[in-house]
Amino acid sequence: MSKYALYPGCSMETGGIEYAISSDAIAEALGIDFLEVPDWNCCGASSAHMTDHLLSLALPARIMALAETLPVTEIVAPCAACHARMAAVEYELGRDNDLKQKVNSLLERPYTGKVKLKYYIDVFSNPDTLSQIEKSVKKPLEGLKVACYYGCLFVKPPKMVNFIDDPENPQSMDNIIRALGAEPIPWPYKTECCGASLGVTDEDLCNKLCNDILRFARDAGADCISAACPLCQANLDMRQVTVEKKYGISYRMPIPFFTQLIGLALGINPNSLGMKKLFVDPARMLKKLGVA
Amino acid sequence: MGEVNLSQVMDRNRSFVDRIIEESGQDIRQCYQCAKCTGGCPGAVHMDYPPNQIIRMLMLGMKEEVLKSKTIWVCMGCNTCTTRCIRDIEVAGVMDILRQKAIKAGYIEHAKGVISFNDSFLWTVRSFGRLFEPGMAIINNVRLGNFMKDMQFGLPLMLKGKASMLPHRLKGRREMANIFKKTVQGGK
Repeated sequence: MSKYALYPGCSMETGGIEYAISSDAIAEALGIDFLEVPDWNCCGASSAHMTDHLLSLALPARIMALAETLPVTEIVAPCAACHARMAAVEYELGRDNDLKQKVNSLLERPYTGKVKLKYYIDVFSNPDTLSQIEKSVKKPLEGLKVACYYGCLFVKPPKMVNFIDDPENPQSMDNIIRALGAEPIPWPYKTECCGASLGVTDEDLCNKLCNDILRFARDAGADCISAACPLCQANLDMRQVTVEKKYGISYRMPIPFFTQLIGLALGINPNSLGMKKLFVDPARMLKKLGVA
Repeated sequence: MGEVNLSQVMDRNRSFVDRIIEESGQDIRQCYQCAKCTGGCPGAVHMDYPPNQIIRMLMLGMKEEVLKSKTIWVCMGCNTCTTRCIRDIEVAGVMDILRQKAIKAGYIEHAKGVISFNDSFLWTVRSFGRLFEPGMAIINNVRLGNFMKDMQFGLPLMLKGKASMLPHRLKGRREMANIFKKTVQGGK
């Protein structure tokens, strides 16, 4: 049984709640044990690292120090933004002992670095779990064309985020989608930024970036875009109506999380995967798969 | 033919450039202006100077122009530039340092929205330990004097059960308060 410390992050309880629901459901089905980090705090996201360097490291370092109280060797963060902040702790404090001491002087429990950060998609795309998923598929997602969207912060820059895949054309999620019996389509915007961090402050640019991603996915023939980050997902899903109005295009493109697609293929009821929480109705996609 | 020094920094701002190099840990003098950073930048269309020009301007010691630029506030930190830089410069990391410097120097003409958002976001983290979105939205809108901003998302989020009504309160609130106190002087 694989066991990981889980840092859910603030979005998993609000905008990305279906990511949490579906992750739990498939973890149970696959025998993966997620232990939630006790008394976890917000990682500070881009607001902290635009404001103060030390603050931006101390917040995620507290989380990683608390994870060291759990019987695990690895920690995962399903949100790409949280993952990137914890990666910054590993990268920067790992190279600079003075900085590590400075950060630790702010914490009640010191960060030692013994629990390593793991890329969330790899919990499912590593060879062992992937072959287990392949064997557990009860309802193959036949005929479904999926645009795998990795977003930017999980993959860039690879030397800082422990990314084990190609940052320009990653394959880890594509391999999962293929194991589910669906077709991962080649398309050029797999790791392009969706602008979520500017959602509140520069909507024009954010809408443009979302529109580019939606347009490329549609033109490549996608039935849905599979997301791996709650910020990207909320941006492409909730904002889609606004984008459609602004650009005069109708996409109606469902944006499920890759964990929801795994759940559907494992034969888990769509309602137990939070499919109804999606803003763009996935009914047509589910009908194509014969599960609704 | 003698040696030509393309990186001759204007003496007046030499210390500023040195500090940027030291604090970011990035030797921007390695840049030879291939402009791959700009080619891949998703925000370049909304910037006043593309990222490669910002690096060049830094090398020329153009402190005020860089800190007053719109560019540093359009950068979303997606790290595409850092990933692709052939000279191994963490361009997005330099942008982070420039934003912090601009705030300290009071050059915030293009940054009022971003700073208000960041301060509102961090206020909820300092107070509760985790982000509390409704609280953040209200504080941000009051600061900006735009009470209806983003309210179109509020109701749909509530109807989908995606909005938290009450903040979660951390056990380690004192530790969190201490982190803020010792880094950003009590927050804002």
